[in-house]
Amino acid sequence: MRAVSLSPAICIQDLVSGFETDIVIDHLSLTVQRGEIIGLVGASGSGKTVLLRTMLGLLPKMSGSIEVLGENLASASREEARAVGARCGTMFQQGALFSSLNVRENIEYPMREYLDGSDRLFREIALAKLQMVGLDSADAEKFPAELSGGMTKRVALARALALDPELIFLDEPTSGLDPIAAGAFDALIRALHQTLNLTVFMITHDLNTLNSVCKRVAALYEGRIIADGSMATMQASEHPWVQAYFCGERGHSILSSLQDS
Amino acid sequence: MPDSEPRLDRSSSDGAARFTLTGDWVARHARALERLAGTVPTGAPRVTIDVSRIGHLDTFGAWSVETLCQSARAAGIDPQVTGTARQNAAVLAQMHKTALRPPSAKATHRDTLAILEATGRSVFEAGADLLALLSLSGRVFSSFGLALKSPATLKTKSMIHHIDQVGVRAVPIVGLMTLLIGCIIAQQGFFHFAKFGATDYVVDLVAVLVLREIGVLLVTIMVAGRSGSAYAAEIGSMKMQEEIDALRTMGLDPVDVLILPRVLALVIALPMLTFVGVIAALYGAGLVAWIYGDVSPASYLAQLRDAVTYTDFEVGIIKAPVMALVIGIVACREGLRVEGSAAALGRRTTASVVKSIFLVIVLDGIFAILFSTLGM
Repeated sequence: MRAVSLSPAICIQDLVSGFETDIVIDHLSLTVQRGEIIGLVGASGSGKTVLLRTMLGLLPKMSGSIEVLGENLASASREEARAVGARCGTMFQQGALFSSLNVRENIEYPMREYLDGSDRLFREIALAKLQMVGLDSADAEKFPAELSGGMTKRVALARALALDPELIFLDEPTSGLDPIAAGAFDALIRALHQTLNLTVFMITHDLNTLNSVCKRVAALYEGRIIADGSMATMQASEHPWVQAYFCGERGHSILSSLQDS
Repeated sequence: MPDSEPRLDRSSSDGAARFTLTGDWVARHARALERLAGTVPTGAPRVTIDVSRIGHLDTFGAWSVETLCQSARAAGIDPQVTGTARQNAAVLAQMHKTALRPPSAKATHRDTLAILEATGRSVFEAGADLLALLSLSGRVFSSFGLALKSPATLKTKSMIHHIDQVGVRAVPIVGLMTLLIGCIIAQQGFFHFAKFGATDYVVDLVAVLVLREIGVLLVTIMVAGRSGSAYAAEIGSMKMQEEIDALRTMGLDPVDVLILPRVLALVIALPMLTFVGVIAALYGAGLVAWIYGDVSPASYLAQLRDAVTYTDFEVGIIKAPVMALVIGIVACREGLRVEGSAAALGRRTTASVVKSIFLVIVLDGIFAILFSTLGM
């Protein structure tokens, strides 16, 4: 029941980004509509992380424009940027949980920063989010150093969801998880997408995730989007890298086995 | 943008209460939602909660609806939620599934017994700490013994790197600080000794004080702050990144690879820094004597030669390597104790500086007793 505003969730036009001497993202354009789950694939070093960090405003762009939830972050005032921050959630690859806060405090942190409410409200919402991502409220008082890899990822997701964002960025959400845990994580993202009506932008290498969660896949190669569309589009692509990725030995066996079943 | 205030309208018909929810029940209105969630229906056996006219609903709104239902049930009233649209149903159902009550927290005692317990614990911890320091010292010495037997195993390159870091690079700051302290002691000496005509003894005061105590103590404290903290932070962050574990799995002992080179570097560098510090302090005192005390450099040097003996120099410099050993071992030990969080790293780094400065001063007292017994 969220307002379907006309602005897309993410609109990137002609973006150039990178480091001083090294252009990583080369005139890239990409639009993500509200409610989409898009997966970004690309070889190591193709600029996935640079793209994500530029979108999040962690890395200055060289030219082009990025609009997130209809707001151009480069020209936005401090308050506007803060408001957009409250409407986006980010899950970093290593979790990036605050190590001096326990699990519950980590999830409460964005709420305390942005919302006006009582401790009880924040605590109960934090526990609810924790259960939404499949953890027990008994884990709430643990510290990040005491968590396993999969739990860290779940807590990071719960923190990204703390403010009920409209858009979440996931950086390799299933990397480092065993296939069962990764499958459960995929199902979790699908369920949350339906429950909370999220737009999801994820970087992933996991062909299973791409196949089962992402309705749309974009392939990044040498700083440009070389293929964009459904999994079928990917497999039909002529580009040699996309061919190797989706129709190579690993890609092929996974996809064909998924199609058989 | 969902932006209208959430509202709850009560009405009643046929003995049943009816709550009609309107507006946007979203996170931004958390305070208002909480107030509304506290509404308890009274005087009716049933309550109908109509959510069909809610504009936007997120988990915060769903939490409020769920809380309304729970407080109704607690009051013995049967709640019924009606008018859920497809999308709202999912988030309401999700919130209904979750248990909102946290498991009861462990009871904490905040009485005098707890204070006694904490005191007792810290006493035992201090004892254990001292034992652990001795144990690490033993391991460092045995590692040094092995290195003496087969010098090829000593990490010379790493040691030279650390001598550069803690010794050579510390010379400017150590020189400057001790120079200033030399100036200050001399100035105070001239100022106060002038009152009873004893300015002839100022050079004796400065020389003995600097050579025996101040020079080594000042340099040691600076090194504990400058290099001890660096050691603790380096080793601590290596511990956090599992680098220490990686070394162990390669069959290498972190004491051989990380700690011995660092401790040896300090043991070699600190006496040299002390020498630099002593000379700088005497130089500073000479400057003040010349400018402020009207003692020419030539007569300052002559007085200096009369005032000090080789023993004074020995007493100061002999302490330096022992102090270095203490600083190095305390810092490495605190680094190894880092567990998990960034806050722990900060705590351990602080502890390394505080403990090493404390131990250095205690040690200095022990040395003073020792030397006076030996007649030095």
